[in-house]
Amino acid sequence: MQQTGTERVKRGMAEMQKGGVIMDVVNAEQAKVAEASGAVAVMALERVPSDIRTAGGVARACDPRIIEEVMEAVSIPVMAKVRIGHITEARVLEAMGVDYIDESEVLTPADEVFHLKKDDYTIPFVCGCRDIGEAARRIGEGAAMLRTKGEPGTGNIVEAVRHMRMVNNQVRQITVMSDDELMTEAKNHGAPYDILKEIKEIGKLPVVNFAAGGVATPQDAALMMELGADGVFVGSGVFKSENPEKFAKAIVEATTHYQDYELIGKLAKELGTAMKGLDINQLSLEERMQERGW
Amino acid sequence: MKIGVLALQGAVREHIRLVEACGEEAIPIKRVEELSGIDGLILPGGESTTMRRLMDRYGFTEILRESDLPMFGTCAGLILLARNIEGYEEGHLGKLDITVERNSFGRQVDSFEEELPVAGIEEKALAVFIRAPHIRETGEGVETLSKTAGRIVAVRSDRHLGISFHPELTDSLVFHRFFIDMVKVDMDNKLSVGM
Repeated sequence: MQQTGTERVKRGMAEMQKGGVIMDVVNAEQAKVAEASGAVAVMALERVPSDIRTAGGVARACDPRIIEEVMEAVSIPVMAKVRIGHITEARVLEAMGVDYIDESEVLTPADEVFHLKKDDYTIPFVCGCRDIGEAARRIGEGAAMLRTKGEPGTGNIVEAVRHMRMVNNQVRQITVMSDDELMTEAKNHGAPYDILKEIKEIGKLPVVNFAAGGVATPQDAALMMELGADGVFVGSGVFKSENPEKFAKAIVEATTHYQDYELIGKLAKELGTAMKGLDINQLSLEERMQERGW
Repeated sequence: MKIGVLALQGAVREHIRLVEACGEEAIPIKRVEELSGIDGLILPGGESTTMRRLMDRYGFTEILRESDLPMFGTCAGLILLARNIEGYEEGHLGKLDITVERNSFGRQVDSFEEELPVAGIEEKALAVFIRAPHIRETGEGVETLSKTAGRIVAVRSDRHLGISFHPELTDSLVFHRFFIDMVKVDMDNKLSVGM
Protein backbone atom coordinates (compact mmCIF):
# COMPACT_ATOMS: atom_id res chain seq x y z
CA MET A 1 0.00 0.00 0.00
CA GLN A 2 1.27 3.46 -0.87
CA GLN A 3 1.62 5.57 2.30
CA THR A 4 1.99 9.34 1.91
CA GLY A 5 3.22 11.87 4.47
CA THR A 6 5.29 9.42 6.54
CA GLU A 7 8.19 10.70 8.60
CA ARG A 8 10.60 8.94 6.25
CA VAL A 9 9.05 10.52 3.16
CA LYS A 10 9.06 14.00 4.72
CA ARG A 11 12.58 13.86 6.15
CA GLY A 12 13.79 12.10 3.00
CA MET A 13 12.71 15.04 0.86
CA ALA A 14 15.09 17.27 2.87
CA GLU A 15 17.88 14.68 2.61
CA MET A 16 17.68 15.02 -1.17
CA GLN A 17 18.38 18.74 -0.88
CA LYS A 18 21.69 18.22 0.92
CA GLY A 19 24.74 19.99 -0.40
CA GLY A 20 22.45 22.37 -2.25
CA VAL A 21 21.28 25.98 -2.16
CA ILE A 22 17.68 27.10 -1.65
CA MET A 23 17.01 30.61 -2.91
CA ASP A 24 14.37 33.20 -2.02
CA VAL A 25 12.49 34.41 -5.11
CA VAL A 26 9.62 36.88 -5.50
CA ASN A 27 8.47 36.03 -9.03
CA ALA A 28 8.70 33.51 -11.88
CA GLU A 29 11.59 35.31 -13.53
CA GLN A 30 13.78 35.09 -10.43
CA ALA A 31 12.74 31.47 -9.94
CA LYS A 32 14.06 30.66 -13.41
CA VAL A 33 17.36 32.39 -12.67
CA ALA A 34 17.63 30.35 -9.46
CA GLU A 35 16.86 27.08 -11.24
CA ALA A 36 19.32 27.83 -14.04
CA SER A 37 22.05 28.54 -11.50
CA GLY A 38 21.63 25.07 -10.00
CA ALA A 39 19.49 25.85 -6.93
CA VAL A 40 17.90 22.72 -5.42
CA ALA A 41 14.70 24.56 -4.51
CA VAL A 42 13.20 28.03 -4.37
CA MET A 43 11.37 29.79 -1.57
CA ALA A 44 8.51 31.81 -3.03
CA LEU A 45 7.69 34.99 -1.14
CA GLU A 46 6.36 38.49 -1.66
CA ARG A 47 9.40 40.27 -0.32
CA VAL A 48 12.88 39.09 0.56
CA PRO A 49 13.76 39.55 4.25
CA SER A 50 15.75 42.78 3.77
CA ASP A 51 12.68 44.36 2.11
CA ILE A 52 10.45 43.04 4.89
CA ARG A 53 12.69 44.90 7.32
CA THR A 54 12.44 48.10 5.30
CA ALA A 55 8.70 47.84 4.70
CA GLY A 56 7.77 47.17 8.33
CA GLY A 57 4.13 46.42 9.20
CA VAL A 58 2.78 42.87 9.32
CA ALA A 59 4.51 40.32 7.10
CA ARG A 60 2.11 37.53 6.10
CA ALA A 61 2.25 34.41 3.92
CA CYS A 62 2.83 35.12 0.26
CA ASP A 63 0.04 35.91 -2.20
CA PRO A 64 -1.00 32.49 -3.65
CA ARG A 65 -0.82 33.96 -7.15
CA ILE A 66 2.93 34.47 -6.80
CA ILE A 67 3.38 30.95 -5.43
CA GLU A 68 1.40 29.47 -8.31
CA GLU A 69 3.36 31.52 -10.84
CA VAL A 70 6.62 30.20 -9.36
CA MET A 71 5.34 26.61 -9.25
CA GLU A 72 4.49 26.81 -12.93
CA ALA A 73 7.83 28.36 -13.87
CA VAL A 74 10.22 25.75 -12.45
CA SER A 75 10.47 21.98 -12.02
CA ILE A 76 12.57 22.09 -8.83
CA PRO A 77 10.69 22.00 -5.49
CA VAL A 78 8.93 25.16 -4.36
CA MET A 79 8.82 26.15 -0.69
CA ALA A 80 6.84 28.93 0.93
CA LYS A 81 6.70 30.58 4.35
CA VAL A 82 3.87 30.80 6.87
CA ARG A 83 3.65 32.80 10.06
CA ILE A 84 4.57 30.90 13.23
CA GLY A 85 1.43 29.16 14.47
CA HIS A 86 -0.77 30.11 11.51
CA ILE A 87 -2.66 26.84 10.95
CA THR A 88 -4.76 28.14 8.08
CA GLU A 89 -1.92 29.69 6.08
CA ALA A 90 -0.18 26.30 6.34
CA ARG A 91 -3.26 24.29 5.33
CA VAL A 92 -3.79 26.59 2.33
CA LEU A 93 -0.22 26.04 1.13
CA GLU A 94 -0.62 22.29 1.63
CA ALA A 95 -3.82 22.34 -0.43
CA MET A 96 -1.98 24.25 -3.18
CA GLY A 97 0.61 21.49 -3.40
CA VAL A 98 3.63 23.52 -2.29
CA ASP A 99 6.50 21.07 -1.66
CA TYR A 100 7.74 22.36 1.70
CA ILE A 101 6.56 24.91 4.26
CA ASP A 102 8.88 27.15 6.27
CA GLU A 103 7.24 28.09 9.58
CA SER A 104 9.28 31.22 9.69
CA GLU A 105 10.31 33.94 12.11
CA VAL A 106 10.87 36.17 9.07
CA LEU A 107 7.11 36.71 8.97
CA THR A 108 5.19 38.31 11.83
CA PRO A 109 4.16 35.53 14.23
CA ALA A 110 0.45 34.65 14.35
CA ASP A 111 0.81 32.90 17.69
CA GLU A 112 3.19 34.03 20.39
CA VAL A 113 2.89 30.85 22.47
CA PHE A 114 2.47 27.85 20.18
CA HIS A 115 4.09 26.60 17.00
CA LEU A 116 2.24 24.44 14.47
CA LYS A 117 1.81 20.76 15.23
CA LYS A 118 3.63 19.84 12.10
CA ASP A 119 3.35 16.06 12.20
CA ASP A 120 -0.39 16.41 11.50
CA TYR A 121 0.35 17.53 7.94
CA THR A 122 1.19 15.50 4.82
CA ILE A 123 3.51 18.28 3.69
CA PRO A 124 6.95 18.57 5.34
CA PHE A 125 8.06 21.61 7.36
CA VAL A 126 11.35 23.39 7.94
CA CYS A 127 11.89 25.56 11.04
CA GLY A 128 14.60 27.86 12.35
CA CYS A 129 16.65 27.15 15.46
CA ARG A 130 19.39 28.80 17.49
CA ASP A 131 20.19 26.06 19.96
CA ILE A 132 19.40 22.45 20.79
CA GLY A 133 16.30 23.40 22.78
CA GLU A 134 14.68 25.10 19.80
CA ALA A 135 15.92 22.38 17.44
CA ALA A 136 14.54 19.54 19.56
CA ARG A 137 11.20 21.26 20.21
CA ARG A 138 10.68 21.82 16.48
CA ILE A 139 11.59 18.20 15.71
CA GLY A 140 9.23 17.15 18.49
CA GLU A 141 6.44 19.10 16.79
CA GLY A 142 7.21 17.30 13.54
CA ALA A 143 9.64 19.52 11.61
CA ALA A 144 11.33 17.38 8.93
CA MET A 145 14.17 19.84 8.39
CA LEU A 146 15.92 22.54 10.40
CA ARG A 147 17.87 25.65 9.53
CA THR A 148 19.73 28.18 11.62
CA LYS A 149 17.75 31.33 12.24
CA GLY A 150 20.73 33.61 11.74
CA GLU A 151 19.54 37.19 11.41
CA PRO A 152 17.55 37.36 8.15
CA GLY A 153 17.88 40.25 5.74
CA THR A 154 21.10 41.59 7.24
CA GLY A 155 23.71 40.10 4.89
CA ASN A 156 25.64 39.51 8.11
CA ILE A 157 26.73 35.92 8.70
CA VAL A 158 27.61 36.32 12.38
CA GLU A 159 24.32 35.04 13.81
CA ALA A 160 24.10 32.03 11.48
CA VAL A 161 27.64 31.10 12.55
CA ARG A 162 26.70 31.47 16.20
CA HIS A 163 23.62 29.28 15.79
CA MET A 164 25.33 26.56 13.74
CA ARG A 165 28.22 26.33 16.18
CA MET A 166 25.86 26.30 19.16
CA VAL A 167 23.63 23.49 17.84
CA ASN A 168 26.55 21.34 16.69
CA ASN A 169 28.39 21.85 19.96
CA GLN A 170 25.34 20.84 21.96
CA VAL A 171 24.74 17.80 19.75
CA ARG A 172 28.34 16.70 20.35
CA GLN A 173 27.91 17.08 24.11
CA ILE A 174 24.77 14.95 24.06
CA THR A 175 26.47 12.17 22.13
CA VAL A 176 29.06 11.68 24.92
CA MET A 177 26.64 12.19 27.81
CA SER A 178 25.74 9.27 30.05
CA ASP A 179 22.12 8.14 30.06
CA ASP A 180 21.54 9.39 33.61
CA GLU A 181 22.55 12.95 32.62
CA LEU A 182 20.13 13.14 29.72
CA MET A 183 16.91 14.02 31.58
CA THR A 184 18.47 17.03 33.30
CA GLU A 185 19.95 18.10 29.97
CA ALA A 186 16.43 17.90 28.51
CA LYS A 187 15.07 19.97 31.41
CA ASN A 188 17.81 22.60 31.07
CA HIS A 189 17.15 23.11 27.37
CA GLY A 190 13.39 22.72 27.48
CA ALA A 191 13.94 19.93 24.97
CA PRO A 192 11.84 16.75 24.58
CA TYR A 193 13.73 13.90 26.28
CA ASP A 194 12.98 11.40 23.50
CA ILE A 195 14.54 13.60 20.85
CA LEU A 196 17.74 14.04 22.88
CA LYS A 197 17.83 10.28 23.40
CA GLU A 198 17.56 9.77 19.66
CA ILE A 199 20.37 12.29 19.06
CA LYS A 200 22.56 10.41 21.53
CA GLU A 201 21.80 7.08 19.85
CA ILE A 202 22.44 8.14 16.25
CA GLY A 203 25.19 10.65 17.06
CA LYS A 204 23.61 13.51 15.10
CA LEU A 205 20.38 15.43 14.60
CA PRO A 206 17.69 13.15 13.13
CA VAL A 207 16.90 15.72 10.40
CA VAL A 208 19.10 17.83 8.13
CA ASN A 209 20.15 21.28 9.32
CA PHE A 210 20.76 23.99 6.74
CA ALA A 211 22.34 27.41 7.25
CA ALA A 212 20.14 30.47 6.86
CA GLY A 213 19.95 34.11 7.85
CA GLY A 214 22.77 36.33 6.60
CA VAL A 215 24.44 34.45 3.72
CA ALA A 216 25.61 37.17 1.29
CA THR A 217 28.70 35.82 -0.52
CA PRO A 218 30.05 32.51 -1.90
CA GLN A 219 32.53 32.59 0.99
CA ASP A 220 29.67 32.86 3.50
CA ALA A 221 27.98 29.79 1.97
CA ALA A 222 31.23 27.80 2.00
CA LEU A 223 31.92 28.86 5.60
CA MET A 224 28.58 27.47 6.73
CA MET A 225 29.29 24.16 4.97
CA GLU A 226 32.69 24.10 6.66
CA LEU A 227 30.94 24.49 10.02
CA GLY A 228 28.76 21.47 9.31
CA ALA A 229 25.66 22.83 7.57
CA ASP A 230 23.92 20.30 5.31
CA GLY A 231 23.11 23.02 2.77
CA VAL A 232 22.36 26.72 2.50
CA PHE A 233 19.36 29.04 2.26
CA VAL A 234 20.06 32.37 0.60
CA GLY A 235 17.43 35.01 1.19
CA SER A 236 18.24 38.52 0.17
CA GLY A 237 21.83 37.61 -0.79
CA VAL A 238 21.20 36.69 -4.43
CA PHE A 239 18.63 39.13 -5.76
CA LYS A 240 19.87 42.10 -3.73
CA SER A 241 23.35 41.72 -5.19
CA GLU A 242 24.66 43.63 -8.20
CA ASN A 243 24.62 40.61 -10.53
CA PRO A 244 22.07 38.00 -9.34
CA GLU A 245 22.82 35.45 -12.08
CA LYS A 246 26.53 35.34 -11.35
CA PHE A 247 25.96 35.47 -7.62
CA ALA A 248 23.50 32.59 -7.70
CA LYS A 249 25.87 30.38 -9.72
CA ALA A 250 28.86 31.26 -7.56
CA ILE A 251 27.01 30.48 -4.33
CA VAL A 252 25.88 27.10 -5.71
CA GLU A 253 29.42 26.16 -6.76
CA ALA A 254 30.98 27.38 -3.52
CA THR A 255 28.51 25.24 -1.57
CA THR A 256 29.38 22.10 -3.56
CA HIS A 257 33.14 22.72 -3.45
CA TYR A 258 33.33 24.46 -0.12
CA GLN A 259 36.89 23.39 0.54
CA ASP A 260 38.24 24.28 -2.91
CA TYR A 261 39.57 27.71 -1.99
CA GLU A 262 41.18 28.38 -5.34
CA LEU A 263 37.85 27.85 -7.06
CA ILE A 264 35.99 30.00 -4.53
CA GLY A 265 38.54 32.76 -5.04
CA LYS A 266 37.98 32.56 -8.79
CA LEU A 267 34.21 32.64 -8.32
CA ALA A 268 34.37 35.65 -6.04
CA LYS A 269 36.31 37.68 -8.60
CA GLU A 270 34.21 39.82 -10.92
CA LEU A 271 31.04 39.19 -8.95
CA GLY A 272 30.34 42.84 -8.32
CA THR A 273 29.02 44.11 -5.04
CA ALA A 274 27.22 41.91 -2.54
CA MET A 275 24.06 43.10 -0.82
CA LYS A 276 24.51 45.89 1.69
CA GLY A 277 25.06 44.50 5.18
CA LEU A 278 23.65 45.45 8.57
CA ASP A 279 25.52 45.41 11.87
CA ILE A 280 23.60 43.21 14.30
CA ASN A 281 24.35 45.64 17.16
CA GLN A 282 22.37 48.33 15.36
CA LEU A 283 19.24 46.19 15.65
CA SER A 284 17.21 46.51 18.81
CA LEU A 285 15.94 43.33 20.42
CA GLU A 286 12.48 43.94 18.87
CA GLU A 287 14.02 44.26 15.42
CA ARG A 288 15.77 40.90 15.67
CA MET A 289 13.71 38.29 13.87
CA GLN A 290 15.62 35.49 15.63
CA GLU A 291 13.91 36.39 18.93
CA ARG A 292 10.65 35.10 17.43
CA GLY A 293 9.80 31.45 18.11
CA TRP A 294 9.26 29.68 21.43
CA MET B 1 36.49 -3.06 -5.26
CA LYS B 2 35.93 0.68 -5.00
CA ILE B 3 32.52 2.24 -5.56
CA GLY B 4 32.36 5.97 -6.24
CA VAL B 5 29.36 8.07 -5.25
CA LEU B 6 28.91 11.23 -7.29
CA ALA B 7 29.08 13.91 -4.58
CA LEU B 8 27.92 17.11 -6.29
CA GLN B 9 24.66 17.24 -4.33
CA GLY B 10 22.07 14.97 -2.72
CA ALA B 11 22.00 11.81 -0.61
CA VAL B 12 25.71 11.04 -0.86
CA ARG B 13 26.55 9.88 2.64
CA GLU B 14 23.55 7.51 2.72
CA HIS B 15 24.86 5.64 -0.33
CA ILE B 16 28.36 5.54 1.13
CA ARG B 17 26.94 4.06 4.33
CA LEU B 18 25.12 1.28 2.46
CA VAL B 19 28.08 0.39 0.22
CA GLU B 20 30.25 0.14 3.33
CA ALA B 21 27.58 -1.97 5.03
CA CYS B 22 27.97 -4.37 2.09
CA GLY B 23 31.65 -4.63 2.96
CA GLU B 24 33.02 -2.61 0.05
CA GLU B 25 34.93 0.65 -0.09
CA ALA B 26 32.99 3.79 -1.08
CA ILE B 27 34.45 7.15 -2.00
CA PRO B 28 32.75 10.49 -2.75
CA ILE B 29 33.52 11.83 -6.23
CA LYS B 30 33.63 15.62 -6.59
CA ARG B 31 35.99 15.98 -9.56
CA VAL B 32 36.50 14.05 -12.75
CA GLU B 33 40.08 13.05 -11.85
CA GLU B 34 38.65 10.97 -9.02
CA LEU B 35 36.81 8.72 -11.49
CA SER B 36 39.97 6.80 -12.33
CA GLY B 37 40.49 4.06 -9.84
CA ILE B 38 36.83 3.27 -9.17
CA ASP B 39 35.07 0.14 -10.42
CA GLY B 40 31.48 1.38 -10.31
CA LEU B 41 29.66 4.68 -9.86
CA ILE B 42 26.50 5.54 -7.96
CA LEU B 43 24.45 8.57 -9.03
CA PRO B 44 22.51 9.45 -5.86
CA GLY B 45 19.10 10.93 -5.26
CA GLY B 46 18.96 14.71 -5.21
CA GLU B 47 17.75 17.37 -7.61
CA SER B 48 18.39 16.16 -11.15
CA THR B 49 18.44 19.67 -12.66
CA THR B 50 21.07 20.77 -10.12
CA MET B 51 23.24 17.70 -10.62
CA ARG B 52 22.91 18.00 -14.36
CA ARG B 53 24.13 21.58 -14.38
CA LEU B 54 27.04 20.85 -12.08
CA MET B 55 28.00 17.75 -14.13
CA ASP B 56 28.07 19.88 -17.27
CA ARG B 57 30.08 22.61 -15.57
CA TYR B 58 32.75 20.25 -14.23
CA GLY B 59 33.17 18.02 -17.28
CA PHE B 60 31.49 14.90 -15.83
CA THR B 61 28.95 14.72 -18.63
CA GLU B 62 31.44 14.26 -21.47
CA ILE B 63 33.59 11.74 -19.63
CA LEU B 64 30.71 9.67 -18.26
CA ARG B 65 28.99 9.49 -21.65
CA GLU B 66 32.10 7.74 -22.99
CA SER B 67 32.74 5.70 -19.85
CA ASP B 68 32.14 1.95 -19.57
CA LEU B 69 31.90 2.07 -15.76
CA PRO B 70 28.95 0.20 -14.27
CA MET B 71 26.49 2.81 -12.91
CA PHE B 72 23.61 2.75 -10.46
CA GLY B 73 21.19 5.68 -10.32
CA THR B 74 18.44 6.32 -7.77
CA CYS B 75 15.65 8.82 -8.51
CA ALA B 76 17.57 11.84 -9.87
CA GLY B 77 20.32 9.36 -10.77
CA LEU B 78 17.85 7.33 -12.83
CA ILE B 79 16.92 10.48 -14.75
CA LEU B 80 20.60 11.14 -15.46
CA LEU B 81 21.04 7.60 -16.81
CA ALA B 82 18.02 7.67 -19.14
CA ARG B 83 18.37 7.98 -22.90
CA ASN B 84 15.12 9.97 -23.18
CA ILE B 85 13.38 12.31 -20.77
CA GLU B 86 9.74 13.20 -21.37
CA GLY B 87 9.46 16.86 -22.39
CA TYR B 88 13.19 17.32 -22.97
CA GLU B 89 15.03 17.19 -26.27
CA GLU B 90 17.68 14.79 -25.11
CA GLY B 91 18.72 12.67 -22.19
CA HIS B 92 21.81 13.34 -20.16
CA LEU B 93 24.19 10.39 -19.98
CA GLY B 94 22.00 8.17 -22.18
CA LYS B 95 23.20 4.96 -20.57
CA LEU B 96 19.89 3.13 -20.20
CA ASP B 97 17.62 2.72 -23.22
CA ILE B 98 14.52 4.01 -21.42
CA THR B 99 12.20 6.98 -21.45
CA VAL B 100 11.55 8.53 -18.03
CA GLU B 101 8.96 11.01 -16.90
CA ARG B 102 10.07 13.40 -14.13
CA ASN B 103 7.94 14.09 -11.02
CA SER B 104 5.42 11.68 -12.48
CA PHE B 105 3.74 10.76 -9.19
CA GLY B 106 2.99 14.42 -8.38
CA ARG B 107 4.44 16.93 -5.95
CA GLN B 108 5.85 16.32 -2.46
CA VAL B 109 2.39 15.82 -0.86
CA ASP B 110 2.01 12.80 -3.16
CA SER B 111 5.39 11.29 -2.22
CA PHE B 112 4.98 7.86 -0.61
CA GLU B 113 6.59 4.69 0.66
CA GLU B 114 5.61 1.13 -0.17
CA GLU B 115 6.87 -2.44 0.13
CA LEU B 116 7.63 -3.63 -3.39
CA PRO B 117 8.49 -7.03 -4.86
CA VAL B 118 11.65 -7.04 -6.98
CA ALA B 119 12.27 -9.60 -9.73
CA GLY B 120 14.86 -12.18 -8.75
CA ILE B 121 15.00 -11.08 -5.11
CA GLU B 122 13.15 -12.89 -2.36
CA GLU B 123 12.64 -10.13 0.19
CA LYS B 124 10.44 -7.16 -0.63
CA ALA B 125 12.15 -3.77 -0.83
CA LEU B 126 10.94 -0.79 1.20
CA ALA B 127 10.65 1.74 -1.58
CA VAL B 128 10.61 5.47 -0.71
CA PHE B 129 9.33 7.60 -3.61
CA ILE B 130 10.06 11.33 -3.35
CA ARG B 131 8.82 13.50 -6.20
CA ALA B 132 9.85 10.42 -8.11
CA PRO B 133 10.17 9.74 -11.84
CA HIS B 134 8.88 6.56 -13.46
CA ILE B 135 9.95 4.65 -16.55
CA ARG B 136 7.53 4.98 -19.45
CA GLU B 137 9.24 2.77 -21.98
CA THR B 138 12.11 0.37 -22.03
CA GLY B 139 14.21 -0.53 -25.06
CA GLU B 140 16.22 -3.57 -26.02
CA GLY B 141 18.47 -5.11 -23.39
CA VAL B 142 16.59 -3.47 -20.53
CA GLU B 143 14.96 -5.73 -17.97
CA THR B 144 12.13 -4.55 -15.71
CA LEU B 145 12.77 -5.38 -12.04
CA SER B 146 9.84 -3.74 -10.30
CA LYS B 147 6.55 -1.94 -10.83
CA THR B 148 4.06 -0.03 -8.70
CA ALA B 149 0.47 0.46 -9.83
CA GLY B 150 1.40 -0.66 -13.33
CA ARG B 151 4.33 1.74 -13.64
CA ILE B 152 7.91 0.57 -14.12
CA VAL B 153 10.12 1.81 -11.28
CA ALA B 154 13.26 -0.36 -11.44
CA VAL B 155 15.26 -1.59 -14.45
CA ARG B 156 18.66 -2.99 -15.32
CA SER B 157 20.80 -3.62 -18.35
CA ASP B 158 24.22 -5.30 -18.45
CA ARG B 159 26.08 -2.57 -16.67
CA HIS B 160 23.42 -0.15 -15.53
CA LEU B 161 20.86 -0.22 -12.74
CA GLY B 162 18.22 2.47 -12.43
CA ILE B 163 15.43 2.85 -9.88
CA SER B 164 12.81 5.53 -9.17
CA PHE B 165 12.97 5.33 -5.39
CA HIS B 166 15.53 5.69 -2.59
CA PRO B 167 17.00 2.55 -1.01
CA GLU B 168 19.56 4.95 0.53
CA LEU B 169 16.83 6.21 2.87
CA THR B 170 16.35 2.71 4.30
CA ASP B 171 18.62 0.08 5.85
CA SER B 172 17.93 -2.39 3.06
CA LEU B 173 21.07 -3.54 1.24
CA VAL B 174 19.14 -5.36 -1.51
CA PHE B 175 19.89 -2.98 -4.36
CA HIS B 176 23.43 -2.17 -3.31
CA ARG B 177 24.28 -5.91 -3.17
CA PHE B 178 22.64 -6.27 -6.57
CA PHE B 179 24.82 -3.48 -8.00
CA ILE B 180 27.99 -4.76 -6.35
CA ASP B 181 27.35 -8.14 -8.01
CA MET B 182 26.98 -6.37 -11.36
CA VAL B 183 30.30 -4.60 -10.77
CA LYS B 184 31.98 -7.92 -9.90
CA VAL B 185 30.78 -9.49 -13.16
CA ASP B 186 32.00 -6.43 -15.05
CA MET B 187 35.43 -6.57 -13.39
CA ASP B 188 35.75 -10.27 -14.23
CA ASN B 189 34.77 -9.58 -17.84
CA LYS B 190 37.27 -6.75 -18.19
CA LEU B 191 39.95 -8.97 -16.68
CA SER B 192 39.32 -11.84 -19.09
CA VAL B 193 39.26 -9.47 -22.09
CA GLY B 194 42.53 -8.00 -20.85
CA MET B 195 44.15 -11.46 -20.84
